[in-house]
Amino acid sequence: MSGFDETLLDDADETVRVRFVVNGRKVACEVAPRETLVDCLRNALELTGTHAGCEMGACGACLVQLDGRAVHSCLMFAVQADGAKINTIEGLTESGVIADLQAEFHHRNALQCGFCTPGMLVNAHELLSQIARPSRDEIRDALSGNYCRCTGYEAIVDAIDAVAKARKESGGGT
Amino acid sequence: MKARAFSYFRAATIDQALDAHARAGDDARFIAGGQSLVPALSLRLQAPRLLIDITHIEELRGVRREGGYLRIGALTRHCEMLSEPLIAEFAPLLHAAAPFVAHPAIRNRGTFGGSVALADPASEFPAMTLALDAEIEIAGPSGSRRVKADDFFVELFETALQPGELITAIYVPLFKADQRFAFDELARRRGDYALVGCGMLATCTGERIDDIRISFFSVGNTPTRVKGAEATLIGSRLDAERIAAAQAALEGDLAPPDSDDVPPAMRLHLARVLLGRLLGRLGEGA
Repeated sequence: MSGFDETLLDDADETVRVRFVVNGRKVACEVAPRETLVDCLRNALELTGTHAGCEMGACGACLVQLDGRAVHSCLMFAVQADGAKINTIEGLTESGVIADLQAEFHHRNALQCGFCTPGMLVNAHELLSQIARPSRDEIRDALSGNYCRCTGYEAIVDAIDAVAKARKESGGGT
Repeated sequence: MKARAFSYFRAATIDQALDAHARAGDDARFIAGGQSLVPALSLRLQAPRLLIDITHIEELRGVRREGGYLRIGALTRHCEMLSEPLIAEFAPLLHAAAPFVAHPAIRNRGTFGGSVALADPASEFPAMTLALDAEIEIAGPSGSRRVKADDFFVELFETALQPGELITAIYVPLFKADQRFAFDELARRRGDYALVGCGMLATCTGERIDDIRISFFSVGNTPTRVKGAEATLIGSRLDAERIAAAQAALEGDLAPPDSDDVPPAMRLHLARVLLGRLLGRLGEGA
């Protein structure tokens, strides 16, 4: 009945093999159970676009898409993601789905140091996939878990607002 | 900081999860959404030998009607509180509270059962189980039992859950046509922990309140029902005088703790303000 093997208790320092699909590619890596997903992505897979900020779910710099939803990669261990589909900022960039958001962030100076930007984009992408034409209040509410220490947020809200409007006008709104 | 080393086990069934917990000598933690547990591990506030992942246990999933209750599986995510039609229809108070729970990305992972099990006194959902007169279904080494929310929250982060026990579902009495609800919270910024929050569920005959349950959070060591305020309202019509009486009763119901940023008198004042607003809304919902 039980799938639990007690010898596991002595193996806390042993690495285990996890497999996931990252940015459309199947990957396997050896991780210690205590290794967070963000560390695994950055260190083992060298996908350093995902940023480790507060490492406690407050700043939003580490957001990735996990099975289609934005999640904090610092708030889960890589072993928990075994079998999942993950898209990082690199994958979203390659696929072109956020190209308009990125261009608008650039155009409106919606970043200065850029540390928060990957998380902002992952979050904005999810927001616009759920609400085609969010109000500025809804945008601000959605961004409430993403810290930016440079811009004062105004330009970020402007950029997302402009993209939502442009997508709607071009009929591409989802 | 990084978590202390632990072993990881992904359970496929409730029995497997309980068994693993026992065999680790109870030096184990169940992990579901992990949105509070992972930071606690990273800060080494907790350092179990074994982490038991329960997110793949099918029995803990799903929302369905069962008799006079809505059975909400423990693994139901906060975002599903917003998207699941059965919750909007039969537990609208939870639907109304959900947008106030943390931020969107946290809601994508955090679970209802996890929130109730943690019993953070500043959290929305534990307090709402009190307002809803919900029952918490618990599985443990000695079998399954159901505990009323009124008996579940014991002290700061302390609940009726015994070591090695697991919440499997939460049963919420189905929302009825003669009921009204209201929810709101006061916070410095959206998504922050509330300075004071409140949810209520009333059963009415016309304008008369036959029964009402009012639950506050961020007011003390546990989510707190304000029975004195409830008593002033039961059997009455909601008018300005009754609302003022309920607000006055809060002084006997609540004893906010001293804290650096929010003195007790301020918290009590905010609780009165919030109660007045919500009762006003409840009256308008006629």
